[in-house]
Order: sequence, then structure tokens, then C-alpha cells
Amino acid sequence: MARSVLALVLAGSLLGLVAAAPQPSFAAGEHETPAPPRQKWSFSGPFGKFDRAQLQRGLKVYREVCAVCHGLKYVAFRNLADLGYSEAQVKAIAAEYKIKDGPNDQGEMFERPGRPADYFPTPWANENAARVQYNGVPPDMSVLAKARGYERGFPWFIFDMFTQFQEHGVDYIHALMVGYKEKPPAGFTLPQGASYNEYFPGHAIAMPPPLSDKRVDYTDGSPATTDQYAKDVSAFMMWAAEPHMEARKRIGFQVMIFLLVFAGLLYFATKKVWADAH
Amino acid sequence: MMSGHSTYQPQSAFMKWMERRLPIAGLVYSSFVSYPTPRNLNYWWTFGGILMFLLGAQLVTGIILVMHYTPHADMAFNSVEHIMRDVNYGWLLRYLHSNGASMFFVAVYIHMARGMYYGSYKEPREVLWILGVILYLLMMATGFLGYTLPWGQMSFWGATVITNFFSAIPLVGESVVTWLWGGYSIGNPTLQRFFSLHYLLPFVIVGVVVLHVWALHMVGQNNPTGVEPQSEKDTVAFTPYATIKDGFMMVCFCLVYAWFVFYVPNYLGHADNYIPANPSVTPTHIVPEWYYLPFYAILRAIPNKLLGVIALFGSIGILAFLPWLDTSRVRSAKYRPLFRQFFWIFILVTVGLGWLGSKPAEGGYVLASRILTFYYFAHFIIILPVLGWVEKTRPLPNSISEAILNEGLPLGASGPAPTATKN
Repeated sequence: MARSVLALVLAGSLLGLVAAAPQPSFAAGEHETPAPPRQKWSFSGPFGKFDRAQLQRGLKVYREVCAVCHGLKYVAFRNLADLGYSEAQVKAIAAEYKIKDGPNDQGEMFERPGRPADYFPTPWANENAARVQYNGVPPDMSVLAKARGYERGFPWFIFDMFTQFQEHGVDYIHALMVGYKEKPPAGFTLPQGASYNEYFPGHAIAMPPPLSDKRVDYTDGSPATTDQYAKDVSAFMMWAAEPHMEARKRIGFQVMIFLLVFAGLLYFATKKVWADAH
Repeated sequence: MMSGHSTYQPQSAFMKWMERRLPIAGLVYSSFVSYPTPRNLNYWWTFGGILMFLLGAQLVTGIILVMHYTPHADMAFNSVEHIMRDVNYGWLLRYLHSNGASMFFVAVYIHMARGMYYGSYKEPREVLWILGVILYLLMMATGFLGYTLPWGQMSFWGATVITNFFSAIPLVGESVVTWLWGGYSIGNPTLQRFFSLHYLLPFVIVGVVVLHVWALHMVGQNNPTGVEPQSEKDTVAFTPYATIKDGFMMVCFCLVYAWFVFYVPNYLGHADNYIPANPSVTPTHIVPEWYYLPFYAILRAIPNKLLGVIALFGSIGILAFLPWLDTSRVRSAKYRPLFRQFFWIFILVTVGLGWLGSKPAEGGYVLASRILTFYYFAHFIIILPVLGWVEKTRPLPNSISEAILNEGLPLGASGPAPTATKN
């Protein structure tokens, strides 16, 4: 007993020392970056599915707004069939793009209308050209929804494992779209050509506010608001980053059921086998 | 335990013919069928089998992924996205492989902790344990090399941090790093050699696993009492008793594995690794995979680079000396009341180091890392040797059967107590 007390005291004093260690300061200046607010997404959770109408609206926002600067190079026009478009519609969308091809028989590069097998063209020739044109390199949007996120911190990151929360990226992108402030807070010096965004790390973002109310015409009666555009384009980006998510979750459920039944059978088999041990 | 001769009796004429020429059926029979295992093994003893399964799964998924992956600095990231999008079930293969690595470490940490708790490293199992430490090191190397292959930001900068360890070597450090990189900076030659080694090391692991299992079958399994089996009453045949139990736990483990693969496949990864490698942009925090975090914390706790690297490798290397650092003659923590508490403190300290490894190296985090690093080494160098001399251990049972009779079955062990009373 005395020994266990000794062990506990030793351990306790050690852990006490750790706890008493001065807490590091997280403040990176006075302008904290708040956590992006949680949004409701149709694709969250074990049975989540993309909302096809939302993806189509998101595509519209991408094509009319984002595509001016951002590429989508891993997405082919044929992939748009996933959004609920017919073969003819996919062909029509592809044909609206000019694709550089070649060399032809004369050894020359040429432009032709896009085909379903083509990928979304990036709006700039190379990164240096982009830097001149946009004051930075606009990131390709294909995997951006998985390439962005924010720290959940203890203990939330542990709960996320069980609640399957993994929409950090889309929550952040939505927050970023709606997080622009016309004027930076007092005392914040904004670099030339940058905009102030509440959610962007460091707050000075090279991208000017991309969305504004009524900027994109919605034909399905959805509200033409910045918030709605932001949600739709974020959902679209999630699809672009993880196009097989629905199949993944569907197969996952089947696998879980199979494994549960299999584990149950093996449990009873184990009991039966061990009952025979003498 | 495995006396070398098999009790396998070939039935068919072909098997009789074969057995006289290549007794492989007899070897399999004596190793995986008639092999006696202590009857009181609990479910913590099933992780060796789970690790075998995971090694197989990693090999199969890895070999198929290689059919679609391109090990080139300009194409690696694209080829991974090609796998994720256009290869049939490519997303499944890749998520199985990347999460499989994490599951491998989950299982190996449980396997190691079980060995430490029940004193499975003690005489005569020292070589078995050291082979395990070698396997662990090989796994860490393989995991690190694999993480560089998608050539994302964390791949690139993780590789930068790890290879820079070697620049701490006095005099020749810089030359060694240049040699490792295959150039004056991390680039395509680095990726290609990392890919080559990532393909090679798993087969080295397979080889050492064979030695590990061979050594295990030489000395026999330890068990929760730490008392060696003395008669046939203390053991049961590997098949069906251990196979069915291992199978059950393997499927339970697969449930966890599948949860990660299908529902939170990127949970254990890092978002930055979906950004293509960019030598001119350093990520805000370069964080290694979760399974390296305790050692990363130890590295950063030491202000001197060379000493930090020595501490990092020392923290793993010291495990190999565990059989001699633990001076107690009693194996199992079950009969070591004081060791049992220090064991759990050690686990907590290691988890604490892991958490600190994920935090930026500043302020209180550094101080906390230093204290826990000190404790980590003190556990091996001070606590374990001293405990062996001062600890008053509880009386050991005379045999496994007696322990089962007196104490009931240990956690997770199935089956009734044997009818050993009437002898």
C-alpha cells in the first residue's frame, strides 16, 4: 500500500509539474482567427449523399465566378455526369470550352471545342503568368476541400473520430467566402492589393471578395445570396475532391454489416470451440 | 517447445512422397496446428496474428497501387489523384493502404505494450523481443518512406525534416544528407530512391517476421501469469483454439479499420498533404504522422540538434536493452503491484509526449516535453532497474492451471477452468 502511494505521489508530482508549466500563448497578434461555423451538409455522416441540385448550382458558381482565376484540372467533363447531367448535356458543357490540342499533321498546336474526355482547362498558362495577373497563384480547386481545414483542438478531435465529422474543409471554404470585411479592424495594416478576411490565416488574402448577392442567376428558385453561393460552391468542391464519396459510404455500410455478422459468428464459434477444451 | 519433429502423419500417397522430400506440410502442421499455446492467453495475445494480417493487407494493396502510381516528382501527386478518381476502386485501395499503415501502428503499439506489461521480453525471450524492436524500426522507416510518395506538402517537408537529422552527424553530416537526397536538395532522385526503398523494406519485414515467429516457436509464448507451461494441462493446441480466437479478434479489428477507411479516411492524415509539394512554401506546422509524435516531441525537447537526434534514436534503441534493464525476476505485472502502476504512468507519459509532438515547439510545450522526455528515459534507466531490487512481488502460482483455478480466467480468456483439480 505504502508503495503504491509512493508511486502515485511520484507520478502526481511529475504530472503536476507538467500542468503547472506556463501555458504557451496562442495569440498571433490581437487578431485571432475564429473557428469556421459548422454548416449542415447533405453529404455528412455515414449515409450522406450529395445534393445533385446543389452540385449543379455549385458548378454554375464555379464556371461563372471561380473559373476566372482557379483551375479544376483533375475534373473531366465526363465526371459531370455524376451531377445528374445527361450525356448530351455533358457534351454541350464540354463544347463551350476551348481546349488546346496537337500537334496536328502540320506540327502545329491548335484549339478545338472540348469533349467529355477533356479536363477543365486552367485559366492561366503557368504559375509565373498567374503571379503577374493575380498577385499570387490561385490554387487549383480540384482537391482544395480536402487540402484545407482547421485545428479542432482537444478534446474535439477525439470526438470527431466517432461522430465522423470531416467537413472541416468545406466549413472553412464557406466561412472564407462569407468572411470578408470591407475595412480591416483598427491597427491592422493591410498590404497593397489584399483584402481582409476574418477566417484566412493572417487575414490578408490576395483574392478579392469573389461573391456578392445576385452575382449568379439561379434558375431553381434557390436564394441568390452570397451565403447560398458559398454553400453551393463548397459542396461542389467537396464532390470534386472526393467524387467517390457516396460509393465509399455505401460500400462501407455493407462492409460494416458483413463484419459485424462475421464477428458475431466467430464469437459464438470461439465460445463453442473453447467449451470443448476439457 | 517446438522440438523440431512433427507429429504430422501424411495420409495420401502424394503427401507421403512429398513429406520425405520437402516436409513443408509437417512444418505448417507443427507451427500452426499442433503447436501448444498456453491456455490462459487473453485477447491481448491476438495482436501478433492481427499484425500478420495487416502486413499481408499492406503488401497486397501496395503492390496493386504501384501498378498505377508514378514515382516522379512531377507526376506522383497527379498519379495519386488518378488512382483516387479513375482507377476502379482506386480510392478504396489507397485508403486501405494509407489507413492500413496507421492500423499497423495501432496494433504494434498494443502488441508492444502487452509485451512490456507481461514481461514477455525476459529470459529466454530476449532475442524474440529484439527482433520485435528491429521490426518496429523497419516499420517506422517504411511508414515514413511511404508517406513521402504522394509528394504533397507534408511528404516533402516531412522528408526534409527527417533527412536533416543526418546533418547533425559531426564532420560528414552535410555530405551524408547530400548522398541521401541524391542531390543538393530534395527532389526527384530523393522520391525515386524513397519509392524503391518503400517497396524493398516490407519484404525485409517479412523476412524478420519469419525470424520473429521462429524465435517465438523456439521459446514458446509467454502468458498472463508469466509462469512457463509445465504440463499438457497448461496448454491447448494452436488449432482450433488460438486460430478461432485470433480470427474473431482480427474481424473485430477490421471493424475499426473499416470505420476509418470508409467513414473518416483522412482523419489520421493531414490536410496539407493534399497540396502538391512546393519547395518554396513551408507549411506553418510540419507535423509527422501520429505514430511518430512521441519521438518527435523527444527530438524537439533537446535544444542541441545532435543530442536531440541521439535522444530520438536512443528512445527507440533503449527498448532493445529492456530485457537487461528490467532486473525483476518476475515476468508478469500481475504479480508486480508497483511495476504495474509505473507501467501505466509510462503509457500516459508516452501519450503525453505524443500530444506535445503535435503542438508547436514553444513556451510551456517545450518545458513539458523536457520533463516527459526525462521521465521516459528515467523509466528505463532508473525506475525499472531499481524496481527489480526493491519491489515486493506477489507470490507466483505454481502453474497456469493453478492460476486459472485460483483466480478465474484473466480478462478476455475464454473457456472454462480445466479439470486439473483431481490430480
